[in-house]
Amino acid sequence: MIWTPIDTWICIIASLCAAACALPGCILVLRRMSLMGDAISHTVLPGIAIAFIVTGSREPTAMLIGAVVIGLLTSFLVQAIETLGKIETGAAIGIVFTVLFAAGLVLMRQAVDHVDIDPDCVLYGAVEFAYFDQVTIGSWSIPRAAVVNGVALVANAAIVMIFYKEFKITSFDPALAMTQGIRPSAMHYLLMTMTAATAVAAFETVGSILVIAMLIVPAATAYLLTDKYGAMFVIASWIAIIGAVGGHISAVSIPPIFGFSGTSTAGAMAVVVGLLFFLAWVFSPRHGVLSAAIRRKKVQQDIIREDILGLLWRLEERNHESAHLSFENALCIPKRSIKQAIRHLQKLGNVSFEQPLWRLTEHGRKEAALIVRSHRLWETYLDKHFPQDVHQLHQSAERLEHVTTAKMQSRLGDAERDPHGSTVPPSPDN
Amino acid sequence: MNTGHSISDTSFVLPTAEQLWRVLILDEYNTRVVILGVMALGIVAGLVGTFLLLRKRALTADALSHATLPGITVAFMVMVAFGMQGKSMFGLMIGAFVFGCIGVLLILGIRRTTRLKDDAAIGIVLSVLFGLGLCLLRLATEIPTGNAAGLNGFIFGKASSMVASDTKVIITVAICTGIIVAALRKEFTALCFDENFGAAQGWPILRLDIVLMTLVAIVTVIALQSVGLVLAVAMLIVPAASARYWCTKIGSLLFVSALIGCLGGWLGGVVSALVPRMPTGPVIVLVCGGWFVISFIFGPVNGIVARQWRVWRLNRRVAMQHILRAMFEVSSENKLCKFESIVETRSWSQSQVTRLLSRLERNHFAKKEEKCWVLTGLGIQEATRVVRNHRLWEVYLINYADIAPNHVDRDADLIEHVLGTSMVEKLEALLGSDAVSTSPHPLGEQE
Repeated sequence: MIWTPIDTWICIIASLCAAACALPGCILVLRRMSLMGDAISHTVLPGIAIAFIVTGSREPTAMLIGAVVIGLLTSFLVQAIETLGKIETGAAIGIVFTVLFAAGLVLMRQAVDHVDIDPDCVLYGAVEFAYFDQVTIGSWSIPRAAVVNGVALVANAAIVMIFYKEFKITSFDPALAMTQGIRPSAMHYLLMTMTAATAVAAFETVGSILVIAMLIVPAATAYLLTDKYGAMFVIASWIAIIGAVGGHISAVSIPPIFGFSGTSTAGAMAVVVGLLFFLAWVFSPRHGVLSAAIRRKKVQQDIIREDILGLLWRLEERNHESAHLSFENALCIPKRSIKQAIRHLQKLGNVSFEQPLWRLTEHGRKEAALIVRSHRLWETYLDKHFPQDVHQLHQSAERLEHVTTAKMQSRLGDAERDPHGSTVPPSPDN
Repeated sequence: MNTGHSISDTSFVLPTAEQLWRVLILDEYNTRVVILGVMALGIVAGLVGTFLLLRKRALTADALSHATLPGITVAFMVMVAFGMQGKSMFGLMIGAFVFGCIGVLLILGIRRTTRLKDDAAIGIVLSVLFGLGLCLLRLATEIPTGNAAGLNGFIFGKASSMVASDTKVIITVAICTGIIVAALRKEFTALCFDENFGAAQGWPILRLDIVLMTLVAIVTVIALQSVGLVLAVAMLIVPAASARYWCTKIGSLLFVSALIGCLGGWLGGVVSALVPRMPTGPVIVLVCGGWFVISFIFGPVNGIVARQWRVWRLNRRVAMQHILRAMFEVSSENKLCKFESIVETRSWSQSQVTRLLSRLERNHFAKKEEKCWVLTGLGIQEATRVVRNHRLWEVYLINYADIAPNHVDRDADLIEHVLGTSMVEKLEALLGSDAVSTSPHPLGEQE
């Protein structure tokens, strides 16, 4: 494929639009109102249709006003149906936006012979053709869509910065906001206005249904990557931009490999941000599925190693030999995990293999004594403070011994013997 | 229709009586196919939607329906690749169904394994899969064989493309789904209202949930052709939500919801057949939306009018009882029951008191004698009952709740109207029936 200035402009327009959407999207995701964004992006259609029918032209101001009015109406109707009609939010949103969208389709179909717009264009956007609709500003001639989306981005960034604190408080703690004189409902309607205005600015670029992809997906991705409110906006914007540029590049470059000429940029943008979300879902350092699995695995292995050390220590205590005993039966752990743990312990110098037995090294014995000490101190402590059946103490202590730090151990007190009558290993400090 | 008129001209030719009649008796073959199809769809969507709504999964169904787009195009491409007829309805439906289920699973996956909530999960799955669908759709149109031109009809629905075999499929599926819903009614009810109860009964809750979502997916898939995937969810939730304003029992909910869905389908089909440039799917949704508005306003259960009516009646009864008590208390102090002394008893306006007094007069509770008002025998009887309730409660509060005598009036003022006979009997037994002869606190000194 050949990269042309048109492609560059498409990338710029798409990036501006995506970043403009990502900003209100962050607040929507934090407030768990993503689906209001969905509803508003759908109801932009009747807003535009009514503006067309009333003014009879593609006058951008009229379209903006129409869409914002219908967007606010959507939000208002959802709240009214929810509170007056006693219907849950999801269903209220579903009712309002489907009915308004249907009205928009009918209106558009009624007007379709007269105006140069069709529902398909509203839905899928036409960023591929946005370049050809140019406006002249000073001596430059730039695509109108770039101006529109640029203005939307600047306006959204300004609103987010000006009301940074207000949005933060009303999103996380509406009650606190009230006491500080910030009206949560005012912020709610400001957010709704912002969403509707952004959606109408973006509908030509990505189409009204895919506006929801640009609103929600980058914000949700950022939410998985950071715990900071401010950082979320920045990350979401960058993800949106990467998604937009990556979307156009893959839309024009991947299909030719399979013999097609190209595909919808707007659709590809949604798919690329979807892939970015998927990557964050799996690989996010704190909230990713993979890192969570790794953390779990690590804890699991720590516990197995400690259990093996404890077992060897108790065997030594009773002068039993470990030769006749298989770890997997004693600990009810698969053989593979045991082997792995033993190898790790050997590397740490805690155990050594002396034909035909595994034995604790001097270093390992100290570590093991600490674990058994924790276990028996916990048993003593629980027996003293939470009297219960002596046989149940073991279960609780078995869990607690793995999370007991040295400091916690010192605060558990000291004892000669645990409730079962076994000797508590002495503290290494004295 | 003449062409070349202004943009704002949206006039249309009204159908003649004969056209109307022919549509109503389903005379034309095409109209018959479409209307029977959407009526069956409306019934089954109403049934399944009732449970979907009660399960609070309305918008999961929206994501599901958007997720069918890539399914349709993938199915189309696969069928073309294997040299089959690309637009075999059955194949497309399978593709749509599979992707719909994938969409639901993705939502569940995101919700379970991340800290994102339902709303974001639905938004992500809906938009990304729809975007994927658009990309694939564009690719599919470039496939020389197979003719993908009609595929985007599934987005907004294209009822006019329905043929007899489609309607047969819809009706068959509708009957099967209806039987399943009828058979599993009790289990679904437990699933929606009290999962834990169902689990305690030993029912497989997870599998029932899967069955319900599968039914939703099936209904969505058969709605694609007529209503389209963007609006399919409306067929599921709008009739079901409307039904909630008419009845409370699950059986009647199912019936009303199916009826509204069916009427919506029928009326929508009729309107779009008669009026030019009326797409069937959106019109059906609009008709259902109209039903919702009517139900929301006029429904006897929780409808706005019904609720306002109840509030109004309660207020009216309360006001009557207030004025009866006021007159009783004024006259019991051996004062003449003048208009001014009644007005003084509580914070109400003169016009309010005038209205209430004339109502008392109409009901033969009081009559005007010279310059003062006198309770009739009937009025005294009713007033005694109210005052008795009031004072019983006051005495009860003083004796048992340890509240100071000059604080009990306001509490009793609220409760006196709702004390039932059995409650009064209990209070009498507790306090001794003569405890109400006089007010426990001085009258006229509450302010």
